[in-house]
Amino acid sequence: MEKIPEKNKEIIIKNDSIDMANCPTCSTKVRIEAKNLTIKYGKEFGVKNVSVPIHDKNVTALIGPSGCGKTTFLRCLNRMHDLNKKVSISGQVLLDGQDIYDSKVNPVNIRRKIGMVFQKPTPFPTMSIYDNVVAGLKLVGIRNKSLLNEVCEKALTQAALFDEVKDRLKSPGGSLSGGQQQRLSIARALAIEPEVILMDEPTSSLDPKSTLKIEDLIFELKKNYSIVIVTHNLPQAARVSDCSIFMYLGELIEYGKTEKLFKNPSDKRTEEYITGKFG
Amino acid sequence: MNIANVKQKSLKQRKIKDNFMVGLLYLSTLIVITPLIIIISYVIYNGINALNWDFFVHELGSPTRAMQGRPTGLVHTILGTAVVDTLALLIALPVGVGSGILLSEYPDNKLNPALRIINDTLNGMPAILKGLLAFALIVKPMGTFSGLAGGVALAFVMIPIIARATESALMNIPWSIREAGLAIGLPRWRVIMSTVIPAAKTGLVTGFLIAFARAVGEAAPLMFTSFGNNYLPKHWTGMIFGPVDTLPQRLYSLAISPYKEWHAMGWAAGIILLVFVITLFIFARVLTAEKKYES
Amino acid sequence: MANNLGNIINKKPIHIIYRWLGDKIFLSLSFILGLTIVLLAIAMGFVLYSESGETFKTFGVWGFIKGTDWDAGLHMSFGALPFIFGTLVTSIFSLLIAFLPSIAIAIFIAEYAPKWLSNITDNLINLIAAIPSVVVGIWGIFVFAPWMRDTFYMPIFLWTAENYPTLLPIIGSPIGYGMTTATIILALMIIPYITVLTKDAIKKVPQEQREAAYALGATKWEVIRMAILPYARGGIMAGAMLSFGRAIGETMAVAMLIGNKNSFPFSIVGPASTIPSVIINEFREAVSNIHVSSLMALGLILFVISLIVNLIAAYITRKLSITGGKVI
Repeated sequence: MEKIPEKNKEIIIKNDSIDMANCPTCSTKVRIEAKNLTIKYGKEFGVKNVSVPIHDKNVTALIGPSGCGKTTFLRCLNRMHDLNKKVSISGQVLLDGQDIYDSKVNPVNIRRKIGMVFQKPTPFPTMSIYDNVVAGLKLVGIRNKSLLNEVCEKALTQAALFDEVKDRLKSPGGSLSGGQQQRLSIARALAIEPEVILMDEPTSSLDPKSTLKIEDLIFELKKNYSIVIVTHNLPQAARVSDCSIFMYLGELIEYGKTEKLFKNPSDKRTEEYITGKFG
Repeated sequence: MNIANVKQKSLKQRKIKDNFMVGLLYLSTLIVITPLIIIISYVIYNGINALNWDFFVHELGSPTRAMQGRPTGLVHTILGTAVVDTLALLIALPVGVGSGILLSEYPDNKLNPALRIINDTLNGMPAILKGLLAFALIVKPMGTFSGLAGGVALAFVMIPIIARATESALMNIPWSIREAGLAIGLPRWRVIMSTVIPAAKTGLVTGFLIAFARAVGEAAPLMFTSFGNNYLPKHWTGMIFGPVDTLPQRLYSLAISPYKEWHAMGWAAGIILLVFVITLFIFARVLTAEKKYES
Repeated sequence: MANNLGNIINKKPIHIIYRWLGDKIFLSLSFILGLTIVLLAIAMGFVLYSESGETFKTFGVWGFIKGTDWDAGLHMSFGALPFIFGTLVTSIFSLLIAFLPSIAIAIFIAEYAPKWLSNITDNLINLIAAIPSVVVGIWGIFVFAPWMRDTFYMPIFLWTAENYPTLLPIIGSPIGYGMTTATIILALMIIPYITVLTKDAIKKVPQEQREAAYALGATKWEVIRMAILPYARGGIMAGAMLSFGRAIGETMAVAMLIGNKNSFPFSIVGPASTIPSVIINEFREAVSNIHVSSLMALGLILFVISLIVNLIAAYITRKLSITGGKVI
């Protein structure tokens, strides 16, 4: 990992308009904190010097035009970039104060604490609905039938899918509709009891009805989890999130309470984006 | 109940399993690659001494010739292989390419679904059955084993491969190229012949090379079509209309013969076959790599 | 401008011929060439069927298939069972031997090896497929079979003779040429096919499937077990089936190494025969009509087995392939 030269750090801190220690909007404690995070694809910048807190029991939306680095930033939070050797990351991501990019930390453990839901529903097509949900548990050798049943029911209920599939838990995950598949993916992520859930445009491939269900679900989930959601859909960000982060060309432009950011943005670019002048 | 309180496999245990499996992967690869290297080394080691000048200029003759130490070689085999393989290519190319064109350029043709399945099945059919077919179609009516029959048998091996390769090479050419040709008023066949096929050149040649390499090493279809011959025919037409020697079939006969001198020549024939096939193989690989680079 | 040009071309009668007739001729030609392939396949079945008529008339279809006697010298009696058995046993066992290593190599090439090593390995594995069968055969005759005899068969045989002499017929004569030797060589020869087809199937697994597994906190091997192999299973099974078809038809190396014994009973290391090997060995020398006809009948049986195997492979590819996250 590269180190950012000291000189640049000062500039970043000086230019930083966000008061990170006391976010004006959120009373809950900070769960994840990105510090001077820079991500490069080869020589190209994906994310430039982003510092931002993510609060507990709270939905944080990442918004911005495509190519602005929001997905890149999101994937960095559970070390998904480890899979691509061309990506280099500098700066820190603190999960409860512990840097997840520390050399002693294993990404496998991080990913169990920080779950992820992808743009496309990703059920394992050859597994049954049941096996899909408990896949993460079986990985760590949990074989206790009654426990697995219990977790499966709980996760599916949380994902608002249980009533629809309770009679056919043994049928393949691929046999569900797109919206159900996405909720199955969410249930699978919930089953391993993560602390944070990252969602990468979870509704972009779904119809409006399914989208609404997922949004309701997010609303329910934030009671227990801290959620970060990337979305292209501004009304959706406004509906589901408490805080919003606006990114542009890899940089963090504005961060704050969603209501304020949408109604009274302090940066011109944010205003232009939200009012639909670009993006 | 909370899953955190349940006994779980430790990360260390899982890591150990991970590393163990990686070890197995390396081991399997090594175990399979080793015989390849052993085979090639043995063939070269045992055959290199028999690869002398005589080998390339004399014919084989009877076993006594070799046992008495008189000069003997496989010139008739090498020439015969060239004739039979060329014949095979000449027969297989039009059929294979034509079918490939039908499959890719006329996607709505009613024959295509059946043709595709039958072509794949034919490709999967044992080569020896293609020899039996050529025997029944050519050798029986002609009343004699012949280079022509051998060529036809090998063509049967090549045709399905060439058809498949042509289809996929042409399919790789974007449809817009065809539309551009049609838009300036060229008839369809001109578009195919003068824009699509030239654009797919590399893919086509690679396919031909692969088909050719497959057929060159085949002995089974030749055993009862071109049959084999210890001598050069008196006139060159004898190579086409009479029994003729080919490298793979001769290698087999030499290897199962009881004569030590012939065994050495068998290994030498192996070297020639290997060099030929590996050269074709490398050519095909280089072409594929270039194509990837271009796109 | 292009349109004008087109109009001018269209108006000249010679160009109407060039356009209309040219296209007609070209399509007809392609169609005829395509039809040739279809006819070839039909001809293959038909020729084998008609040429084997005499055998089936003499022994009956079922009588020939279950006949165990193959005597071209005295009694002119022919039965296919030893060869069918030999073909199936060598092919099945070679597939069993080759299956796991092939998948391991495919995973190695597609997922684990660094790019340069992956390229080299891929090329070497493909090179194994490129080595002519007769070249593998000559190595088998002079190097591999004697080595197997001295290293394994003889010691096992002697040990059995001392301790369990009753088991000797099951072991078979340890001359080096026989079932086990042929099966091992056959396994080596089909490994490249399974590897290549498995590798292709693995490469088709969408990246999202891998990421989904990683996001659940899976280790790399767990990702392969949980997401990649199940997703690719259709391609892998079809590949195995096609490779099985290859093993059934593989002729030269097997004929050179199996020892060519045309009768029951079978033994583990002792000589045996397969359908292709007996055709290669006897067809050239067969003189009597019934002998040729019986060899053609064996060819027909090989044709039918091969046809079934290929069609099953095609069926598996269609049935088990996964598109858009749905199992069809």
